[in-house]
Amino acid sequence: MPTVSAAFAPLRNWLMAPSWLIVGFFLVLPVLLMLVYSFLTKEFRGGVIWEPTLAAYDQFLFDRGLFGDAPPRLQWAYIQIFFRSITQAAGATFFCLIIGFPTAYFIATRADNAKVVWLFLVTVPYWVNLLIRTVSMKFLIRDNGPLNEGLTALGLIDAPVQLINTNVAVQLGLFYSYLPFMVLPIYAAVERYNFALSEAASDLYAPKWIILRRILIPVVMPGIVAGCILVFVPSLGAFLAPDLLGGAKTFMIGSLIDEQFKGNAGNWPFGAAAAMILLLLVLIVLTLYARSQSRSKV
Amino acid sequence: MKMKVLSGAAALGLIAGSASAEGRLSIYHWFEYIPQEILDKFTAETGIEVTMDTYDSNEALLANLKAGKLGSYDVAVPGDYMVAIMKNEGMLDMIADGELANVSNVEDKWMNVAFDPGRKHSIPYQWGSTSFMVNRDVYSGDIRTTDIIFNPPEVLKGRINVLDNPAETLVLASMHLGIPQCTTDRDQLQALDDLVQGAKAYWASFNSESAKDVLVSGDVAAGMIYNGFGQKARLEGANVEYAYPRQGYIVWMDNVVLLKDAPNRANAIMFMDFLLEPENAAAVTNFARYTSGVKGVGPFLDPELKTSPEQNPPADAPAGSFIKVCDEAAQKVYDQIWTRLKQ
Amino acid sequence: MRRGFDIKHYGGFFALTCLCLFILYAPLIIVMIYSFNDSPSITRWESMSLRWYRDIFTGVESEKFKVAAWNSLTIAISAATVATMVATAAAVGMIRGGNFRGKSVSFALISLPVMVPEIVTAVATLIFFSAIGFTLGTLSILVAHIVFCIPFAYLPISARLQGIEACYEEAAQDLYATRWQTFRYVLMPVLGPGIVSGFLLAFIISLDDFIITSFVKGSGVETLPTAIFGAVKQGIKPNIMALSTLLLLFSILLVTCSYFIGKRGEVTHSEP
Repeated sequence: MPTVSAAFAPLRNWLMAPSWLIVGFFLVLPVLLMLVYSFLTKEFRGGVIWEPTLAAYDQFLFDRGLFGDAPPRLQWAYIQIFFRSITQAAGATFFCLIIGFPTAYFIATRADNAKVVWLFLVTVPYWVNLLIRTVSMKFLIRDNGPLNEGLTALGLIDAPVQLINTNVAVQLGLFYSYLPFMVLPIYAAVERYNFALSEAASDLYAPKWIILRRILIPVVMPGIVAGCILVFVPSLGAFLAPDLLGGAKTFMIGSLIDEQFKGNAGNWPFGAAAAMILLLLVLIVLTLYARSQSRSKV
Repeated sequence: MKMKVLSGAAALGLIAGSASAEGRLSIYHWFEYIPQEILDKFTAETGIEVTMDTYDSNEALLANLKAGKLGSYDVAVPGDYMVAIMKNEGMLDMIADGELANVSNVEDKWMNVAFDPGRKHSIPYQWGSTSFMVNRDVYSGDIRTTDIIFNPPEVLKGRINVLDNPAETLVLASMHLGIPQCTTDRDQLQALDDLVQGAKAYWASFNSESAKDVLVSGDVAAGMIYNGFGQKARLEGANVEYAYPRQGYIVWMDNVVLLKDAPNRANAIMFMDFLLEPENAAAVTNFARYTSGVKGVGPFLDPELKTSPEQNPPADAPAGSFIKVCDEAAQKVYDQIWTRLKQ
Repeated sequence: MRRGFDIKHYGGFFALTCLCLFILYAPLIIVMIYSFNDSPSITRWESMSLRWYRDIFTGVESEKFKVAAWNSLTIAISAATVATMVATAAAVGMIRGGNFRGKSVSFALISLPVMVPEIVTAVATLIFFSAIGFTLGTLSILVAHIVFCIPFAYLPISARLQGIEACYEEAAQDLYATRWQTFRYVLMPVLGPGIVSGFLLAFIISLDDFIITSFVKGSGVETLPTAIFGAVKQGIKPNIMALSTLLLLFSILLVTCSYFIGKRGEVTHSEP
């Protein structure tokens, strides 16, 4: 009976006010201010001047040569960084799905007691500090690290395989960071799935893989999509994995923004503009998601 | 719930309490440049509680101070050219005559320096050089050439770390090309841009803080590094050799400066005096493995420093060069080269 | 039933699950093992010792880690406490406040901190604090943490509240209980486990945070993640592995606690 309870309706505004105020004042307002900053002028040696300019977005989109006087050409460098971030995030999402779906399915189909144990095992890493997990991965895959030493000792490789400072390492780091995010929503969806549907199909002589593809996956699709969103969005703006596991050639959006605020660049307007563009990307993904959700409800 | 409110309130109180403690000193320093023991000694002698944040390049120091951190630190440790820039930007406070009791301990040759004539804002911290180191297990050929970084032999390609410092990396690249610093000649600047853009393919990483670790762990086989930091890599067991390239190398002096709007100015002066004591200056040198600019450190120094290959250039090595402060027009092009490089 | 006919069974899924767990745990276990290595070098294995555990408590850097741990803990407790109170009020307002205009906007507002990428929140907060002249320090970290903890506290609380039928409160109000009495003596006891879960989730999220903290922390203020990151930038040292192992055990302890609290909650909830 989904009737709406209104026992506390008269107090509603008072109950809601703290969250409205805190999020409004300390998040919505700052994001709007960031938008303003992205249109300000960078001072020569760092800092900002309150003069409106499109310089930050211009730097993002156009290359005016070394001396700033060449005719503008499309700037590929930053687009490449964004493109790399998107492909890295998409790759992480894909691999998380490949491993995460069977895991979630396997757990959801265990007996209740076993289910609890499996689920517990998958959740523990999610509670472990992300920084520590990334550092552990860095330790594991170093040139002379345990992974390379182990493989060499087993005779599988002759010389250490270089993983650290490569795109592969970043990919591995992202995959490892967000894998539990993929498992949990799919698990929840499979758990609610009514296996009578599969049995009915089986009675009609449908092969198992067809049942999986045509019946189960479509039914648990909202869980899969939710898992993908939960992996893709944080991967897109990730900072720790590219910073600790990647090198010079694996710059992603997160590092690009960080560099503008904490590194040598000291270019706040450009950092604000890059953050704005990242936010826009994420909002597009979330809007598409919301659309697909509301369509599937109808 | 009541318990939770109480514990929350207690935690808030504690935070507020610790923030307003008297007798503090807030240092903004290079990473791994001062031993914890010497900070503890300062606290033991004066009762002043020390907090420290670190940065990894002169440019990061400048950017962060300009971005609003000025006013929250008492002292920082910029390199020579950065002292001049910060002075011009009005970010340094003046040390009055007679304020520093130990100023007479400064070595004469470091007293009247071009970047701070008469030492009105700064005292010497350490000086040293910047070039690069090569793992001798990997490459046994001639290393006294900047080709190692910018045009490396086959075995070193893809296994090189360069400092994430625009000034030092671009000045070393200029030396490789034999062009002057702060040039405004468009052809020279274009050549510099082409050089680093091309060499980037040989570089595995841009990192200052892990410059030592990547050499020790073997993650890279060659890397730009400061001489003292490099010596520590050798002392940690890596078979690495520091090069004094024939094309030139960078010399620098880092200096403790009194920052404008220092929240604990008097404590900052005490700290500077403390660092000018020969025993303390020597302790910093023994830790960081550079060279002090303070008189009378000799008896306190680790004897190995006298003969270390990192501190003693070969007889035929050229003199190193200090980094120059460029004017706005030239600096903007260098900034642009760096931005394009890091993209 | 013969195995081949088990409609739920897919060959290879078990192997993939084991692979998944292996990937999740291998790095953590390796670090745990190496934290007992006596050697100061992370590459060579010498012998078993607790040397690096002693080092984090008594070594040169021990003071730094202690201060950082204390900062992390006080900030996480304070931020989670405030966020839980705000989230509880919001959950009651949203789920027991009837239909109202702006309900979906309110929900979007509450979940905004999870939707905005962390680095964007970090940048925006830093710019905002510097523009209004709010001195960066411990307090700036706390404020930022409260904001992004709210949705994490809200989710378990609202989920639990949705599962509680409104008839109890309505009955209480029919018996002339004030709204406060209704909340305190009728709703709170059943909602309790949800509030605790929300608090724990907010607590761990605050404890975990690196990016936002690193942007808004003031001079000389470190939390455990920023201190560890600072140390790791120069290379992984054995004492960091020991510290990581301790934090790992702490996380396992917390997740076990939250599991048992959730379990107890289910029992008390199904009683009436």
